[in-house]
Amino acid sequence: MAELTVRAAAPKPRVYAWVQDYGVYAAVLALLLFNVLFTPHFLDVANFRTQLVQVTPIVIVSLGMALVIGTQGIDLSVGSVMALSAALVVLYLGYGWVPALAVALAGGALAGLAGGALVAYIGVQPIVATLALLVGVRGLANVLVPQLVEFRSPGLIALGSSSVAGIPVIVLVAAALTVVMVFLVRRTTFGRQVVAIGGNRPASELSGLPVKRVLLIVYVISGLLAALAGVLATARLQASDPTSLGQFIELSAITAVVVGGTPLTGGRIRVVSTVMGALLMQLLAATLIKHNLPQSWTQMVQAVIILAAVYATRERR
Amino acid sequence: MRRTDLEAVLEAKGISKRFPGVLALDGVSLALHPGEVHALVGENGAGKSTLIKVFTGVYRPDGGELRYQGRPAAFGTPMEAQHAGISTIYQEVNLVPMMSVARNLLLGREPRGRFGVIDAAAMYAQAERVLSGYGIDTDVRRPLRDLGVGAQQMVALARAVSVDARVVIMDEPTSSLEPREVETLFGVIRKLREDGIAVMYVSHRLDELYQVCERVTVLRDGRVAHTGDLADLERIELISLMLGRELGQVRSRGLTEFSRDRPGDGERAPVVEARGLTRKHVLDGVDVTVRPGEVVGLGGLLGAGRTETAKAIVGALPLDGGQVLVTGLPLRAGSTSAAIRAGVSMLPEDRKAEGIIPTLSVRENIALAALPTLARAGVVSEAKIDRVVEIFMRRLRIKAASPDQLVSELSGGNQQKVLLARWLAIRPKALLLDEPTRGIDVGAKAEVQALIDELAGEGLGVLLISSDLEELVEGADRILVLREGAVVGELSGDEVTEERIMATIAEQGDG
Repeated sequence: MAELTVRAAAPKPRVYAWVQDYGVYAAVLALLLFNVLFTPHFLDVANFRTQLVQVTPIVIVSLGMALVIGTQGIDLSVGSVMALSAALVVLYLGYGWVPALAVALAGGALAGLAGGALVAYIGVQPIVATLALLVGVRGLANVLVPQLVEFRSPGLIALGSSSVAGIPVIVLVAAALTVVMVFLVRRTTFGRQVVAIGGNRPASELSGLPVKRVLLIVYVISGLLAALAGVLATARLQASDPTSLGQFIELSAITAVVVGGTPLTGGRIRVVSTVMGALLMQLLAATLIKHNLPQSWTQMVQAVIILAAVYATRERR
Repeated sequence: MRRTDLEAVLEAKGISKRFPGVLALDGVSLALHPGEVHALVGENGAGKSTLIKVFTGVYRPDGGELRYQGRPAAFGTPMEAQHAGISTIYQEVNLVPMMSVARNLLLGREPRGRFGVIDAAAMYAQAERVLSGYGIDTDVRRPLRDLGVGAQQMVALARAVSVDARVVIMDEPTSSLEPREVETLFGVIRKLREDGIAVMYVSHRLDELYQVCERVTVLRDGRVAHTGDLADLERIELISLMLGRELGQVRSRGLTEFSRDRPGDGERAPVVEARGLTRKHVLDGVDVTVRPGEVVGLGGLLGAGRTETAKAIVGALPLDGGQVLVTGLPLRAGSTSAAIRAGVSMLPEDRKAEGIIPTLSVRENIALAALPTLARAGVVSEAKIDRVVEIFMRRLRIKAASPDQLVSELSGGNQQKVLLARWLAIRPKALLLDEPTRGIDVGAKAEVQALIDELAGEGLGVLLISSDLEELVEGADRILVLREGAVVGELSGDEVTEERIMATIAEQGDG
């Protein structure tokens, strides 16, 4: 009898676990289906491409954010790091776009190094350390490039606008980075150490994990990805705009991570779901706009989705 | 007139408190009388802190009655208890470090002049008067943080008492005090007693208890093991009450799974050699040597520095002095990973907080420390992990639905085995086990004990910390007894008995 009782009670948590694991995929699919049925011209290639290209910087930034959140941290500096890389890339465009890209990435890595050092070695809370960077790095970017600068580097422009087999290069870059990140999290010692540290830092320390170094690298990766997102966005705009580029993207990235089911309490990282989270929010906004609902409606619906996601990923007892 | 003839000011009558899975207090009765200093003692899990929290309004008892000043009392919040006159002094001082001493002392009831402005002169005068009444001489205008910890504690105490306290509960008040400050504290306590205030004094330092307390209540496993005058109780009797071991009781061996037929091998070079481990207020020049194949026990009461010694050896406790050698080579100080690479690791006492990674599976938890050896160029080999996990799940008989089950879903005993497997997977030379069988069921306990025995037989050096005296005596070849952060005795061979351990703990301290 006892056995029967246990079995009878089992389905409930199983459904629940399923929602937790695949809810975001189901939501994306449902929304796609809805659009295919009810939104005119939704499947037009141009429209589809625009959506994907628009969401790409958010996807790239949220990959790094997922890693940081997995350690129980947060990185608020990503938008400002995007602005810094936009500034650096135009400043060094004279040396060719590839060296300029390298400088921009180095700048992002340095910003991440600063944040990571504050968090890992000095023990500053992640939200405070990266808030300082959010303010300071944006200022630095504005000092380097005070106003919008247009540029004519064929290489950089091509990076932002060309396609391979009909797929925009920047979308391909984001897809490749997603694959790399999945590999990093699932298959490398580093990835597992990141998750373990997020799950229980004192235990990780007693188990001899290089906790501080791992934390440092996590923030460097987040900085690098933000810098790359900044360069790609700049390439697409064909102009460097450190004053407004990447503003509030940290919020979109955190939303993508949370909606994807990565708990803010750390110890778990869901890479593909994070990308789905970003797509879901983008698709939702596009759908509501296409159906002539005002922007404010989008925001309210997004709020509901965030709360639903947090509810679904809360710790089960 | 004896103080106990007076009516009790605070009284617990058959108090019970249940938490999920444990009965923390089981019918505890205790009466505090005006003007007495009452010691409350007990080991880990005895129920001391739960009882204090019942007294101070943090917890509501599930059963029994709490009486205060002759009337039934039910404190809803700590604030209510405090307003009623029950003050608590914790180890850590809960005051505002940036404000002046006077301000802290009189916070919330500063003397006010016209228009409600604080009358600073009056405030300073009043503060000085209060403090000098307790023999504390300090500049009350200075910010509190300029004072030493001891002086800060005096301010906290003076504050508590000047809010018309009838009962003062002191939880380990001397743990961060200098000897001179302890003397001042005792002076204050004596004055409190003269003023008819009841003091409940919680400490593990026996010397102090005998110095200031008149009566004692010993808690064990949520029950009152003894209540009476402290002067009538010899130290060793007190210790045996705390540890729950009858004096003169000669037990037959064989109740644990330890065989203890390991040959005494004092010849082999030590695998761990710790010299003069020192940390202010915690460890005072502790020397520990563990040889391969030897189980060295650490004895002592709660707070004697056993866990801290183990943590210091693996570099998880910052030290002011001392050195650790592993197989003769000095370890880099403060680096757990260096200790682990050298072959020494520690099984922590608090599995949940410092052991398992709750969000990960059994498999990932076992592989955690060994990951670098199970990977090539930073990429983990799932096949190698599977092999290691399978070996240890079988050898340690870890009961899990599958290796992929979340470790947080396992029983305590199986979680402990997972942690042991985590360490065995890196083939250590020495393991420091802090309460390896606490909180796990009888079957798992026997298995863990047998495993320790087996590992020592294979040449592993083991440092065993256990509050279970029987386990310590039957498991260890040699026992170091700690008291107040220092080694006060070493027992080996026939001396390894429960009585000798208790007698060593009971020996008069220097102070």
